[in-house]
Amino acid sequence: MIEALRTAWLVARKDLVVEARSRELVYTTLFFSLAAILIFAFGFVREGRPNEDMAAGILWVSLAFSGTLALGRAFEREREGETLRALLLAPVERGAIYLGKVVALVSLMTCVEAVIVPVVVLLFNAPIGRAPGLVAALIVAGTIGFAAVGTLFAAMLIRAHSRDVLLPVLLYPITVPVVIAGVRGTAAILAVEPNLALARMWLTMLIFFDVVFVTLALWTFGAVMSE
Amino acid sequence: MIAAPFDFDRVEVRDVSRHFGRRRALAHVTMDLHAGELTGLFGPNGAGKSTLLSVLSTLMHPSGGSVTYGGRRGRDLGDSLRARIGMLGHDLFLYADLTARENLEFFGRLYGLDDVPTRARAALVAARLDDRADDRVSSFSRGMRQRLALERAILHHPRLVLLDEPFTGLDDASSVALAARLTAVRDAGAIVVMATHDFDSADRVISQAWYLRDGRAGSLPGAGGTLRERYRAAIRRAAE
Repeated sequence: MIEALRTAWLVARKDLVVEARSRELVYTTLFFSLAAILIFAFGFVREGRPNEDMAAGILWVSLAFSGTLALGRAFEREREGETLRALLLAPVERGAIYLGKVVALVSLMTCVEAVIVPVVVLLFNAPIGRAPGLVAALIVAGTIGFAAVGTLFAAMLIRAHSRDVLLPVLLYPITVPVVIAGVRGTAAILAVEPNLALARMWLTMLIFFDVVFVTLALWTFGAVMSE
Repeated sequence: MIAAPFDFDRVEVRDVSRHFGRRRALAHVTMDLHAGELTGLFGPNGAGKSTLLSVLSTLMHPSGGSVTYGGRRGRDLGDSLRARIGMLGHDLFLYADLTARENLEFFGRLYGLDDVPTRARAALVAARLDDRADDRVSSFSRGMRQRLALERAILHHPRLVLLDEPFTGLDDASSVALAARLTAVRDAGAIVVMATHDFDSADRVISQAWYLRDGRAGSLPGAGGTLRERYRAAIRRAAE
């Protein structure tokens, strides 16, 4: 167990160092998210007043789209030098490699979220100050669920010619429960009459999804990467 | 080491076939590989050389037949076998945005080696890259990357060393240096298998030679002309 965590940390740290050098994923996902949010803002904000209950959906759609972008590119890097094969050839638990990739992706997406959440708050007058900890917990839990499934699919598709098309096609249907729970939980906080108990219920659901997704992915990653 | 390494002194390939859908990449390949030997694999593009290396590395399972390492199947050995395999792929297995030192130290730690910084320094010296240790790999020439990739592949002193086109992109001096390095690895007791199109460089180092054509393997005779001539004659015979 300690060895697996050590390996996961090594892989995650390597990914984060590579990203710190190139800043490619952070810049592209951030730019994409901000562009999406601005387009939504132009469409749904009239005379400085946003439509009610829009913020939660827009925030999660932006997160899902930018997350997909990051996933595809993160594995494209491993494909370029065939470094994924080198990782798979190492005498380590393959689940630990998966875990490292998930940790790196969640860290990266969290950095992007730290920027786009305030932008959504600003443009859509979203009152996250009512329960900032709960909003943060929902976003982090949702990000983990999304990254857990996405990392598995992105790794599976690394050799597929149509991987850029196939990734969202496979990923979005599976992550629908995560996105729904995230949207409903966030909307419950941002509503005119907030319902924090309902938000906590959705957070519990998200954590449940995370446990299921991570467990299934850890279980299957070694097998799907064996060829 | 993470997994207690499993040591072996021979690899036996028995009737190995590998299919990708209806396409046959390897067909009933049988060969023996021994410690202290450097085996050259030759053949036209698409003949199955890289597939055979992938099967030997355990990254790919054969569709039929078996590969045993010291008499035991790779599938049964897992991590303890992979700890004794080093591979240099055609795409070099290096992170372009990491420095040479960081690449070596990352893989050294992944393999659970002790005193990784010292090993990495020694590898950098062996690759003649000690003065560029802290430069990103993306700034290296193909030859420099090739030298670094070889040192990365053998950093953990593997028993089985698999090399896919190791002479690609090397100038003459670098080819000679690589040949000397491979000879040293072979003489240290490694089982080295090298797929290459570079007959001149390979002729300096190989102990035995095999050719692959349409997935079928045959051994090249040890005498009767240069390596290139023997290969051409064997391929001509196989085509008849």
